Amino acid sequence: MKELVVLSGKGGTGKTSIVASFAALARDKILADCDVDAADLYLLLRPDEEEKHEFWSGQVASIDRERCTQCGLCWQVCRFGAINEYSVDAIACEGCGFCYQVCPVEAITMEASLAGYWFMASTKYGYLSHARLRAAQENSGKLVALVRENARALAQKEGLGLIISDGPPGTGCPVISSLSGVDLALLVTEPTLSGIHDLMRIVGVCRRFGVPALVCVNKCDINEENTREIEKYCIEEEIKVAAKIPFDNVVTEALVARMPVVEYRDGQVAHEINNLWRFVLGELK
Amino acid sequence: MIVSVASGKGGTGKTLVATSLALSLDNNAEKVELLDCDVEEPNAHIFLDLKLTKSWNVCVPVPEINELKCTHCGRCADVCAFNALAVLEKKVLVFPELCHGCGACSYLCPETAIVERDREIGVVEGGASGNMLFFQGKLTIGEMMAPPIIKATKKHIDKDRMVFIDVPPGTSCPVVEAISGSDFCLLVTEPTPFGLNDLALAMGVVRELQIPCGVVLNRSGTENSAVEDYCRQEDIPVLLKIPLDMEIARAYSRGIPLVRGIPSWREPFRQLFRDIRQRISDN
Repeated sequence: MKELVVLSGKGGTGKTSIVASFAALARDKILADCDVDAADLYLLLRPDEEEKHEFWSGQVASIDRERCTQCGLCWQVCRFGAINEYSVDAIACEGCGFCYQVCPVEAITMEASLAGYWFMASTKYGYLSHARLRAAQENSGKLVALVRENARALAQKEGLGLIISDGPPGTGCPVISSLSGVDLALLVTEPTLSGIHDLMRIVGVCRRFGVPALVCVNKCDINEENTREIEKYCIEEEIKVAAKIPFDNVVTEALVARMPVVEYRDGQVAHEINNLWRFVLGELK
Repeated sequence: MIVSVASGKGGTGKTLVATSLALSLDNNAEKVELLDCDVEEPNAHIFLDLKLTKSWNVCVPVPEINELKCTHCGRCADVCAFNALAVLEKKVLVFPELCHGCGACSYLCPETAIVERDREIGVVEGGASGNMLFFQGKLTIGEMMAPPIIKATKKHIDKDRMVFIDVPPGTSCPVVEAISGSDFCLLVTEPTPFGLNDLALAMGVVRELQIPCGVVLNRSGTENSAVEDYCRQEDIPVLLKIPLDMEIARAYSRGIPLVRGIPSWREPFRQLFRDIRQRISDN
């Protein structure tokens, strides 16, 4: 089984639009949306039906006021500023349990929190594993790992050879969780100085975790000089530029119509994404 | 006064809005400070004419085992909520990138065999441009934990200044760390199904933290009115609309802030600021 993840560093470069088009073009695959903070892929794939499950993770301290002798030890040891006036600020609490361990009168308990939900959906393009972290929760990395695990388990059961993951923006915990151990990362960038800056950082993350990378320059005609800079950088780094997709409002129109752009309208964008998909398939083999 | 600029979805224009808001006041008597708390991808500096002249390392404390004292009793691994320690028969393994630096293991070790040493996970950098102070946090490539860097960046907040915070995308712990303590939160979105979905998610965080908020609608002009309908329903004010415009996109691509590239935008941003200040004082 092969795993492809689509990443970008910078948000809003077009990851989800490209993954939705791959969903329409690829065969024998499972889709996974590893952006659990702001999962959007399901909006384009429009699930027919889905299973919903609770995701319990992390612990939050809670102080029993009856038992508490107000000795203040919990407040002293907490490094996250989560204890005020002998009660716990659940948002600030890191769930380390230090206070629970040291409380001399056992007035503190650690309670699991409902951190979010995970879903397995069936769509006309195949199965989609996705999830939603509840507002202001931690543990997005663990939920991403679960989304991938669910996708792998079902792929194995159904004999599907490929997982295509839509990754989160950034370079931190959920990105590393979506990247570790995959076969290939497709990095979608745009020819803006911010896009280039963030591309270099995400290339660094791929290197660090030993994942081979390909680059796709989206909206390549917004600034052709910057597009050339990206190509030059990729040559220096020995990374292939798999596609250059021109700016076209058809991408937004397809999004508003909630369809993969390759199914919405034939044209240069659809053509380039088709070529990109063939290139990616070739690299995966 | 602290105003944070956030969005659920990435790439909606947070940095564009945060830099233009800060720069629209720069010539004024207003003393301004801009913090880039998108520490995984800090981009605001690209739009500012300044040198980062100062730098501070950000470290988290991680355990170091004194094997001479350690009896391999396993207490440290038992108390660690993050699986950052594994005790074998004759050795303790430490996984520093999993450690949250809570200090429980060293405090509770019965043999005082654990000391904490600092591990660098990123930097905070600072500089000035005219009247404006600027600080940015930067997470080291390959590191997982953004919140300690955000916290260290926010230590530089000068309460006498008008402070703007560029927030990371998403809805989880880095976002909470960045926007908590703000007097107002601007949510930047776009008129697409993604923009709407992610705005509603970001609203969940802002409501949880009980911070007053308003919306900036970027790349407006398409027929889709769902975002504005949502804002009306939820009684969230739309404070500024920025149209989908190639001239704006090109200026952005070259790292030119909107209020400098197209100076006619200075006044709408100053009006946005006056609106925000009014709303904070009414609140």
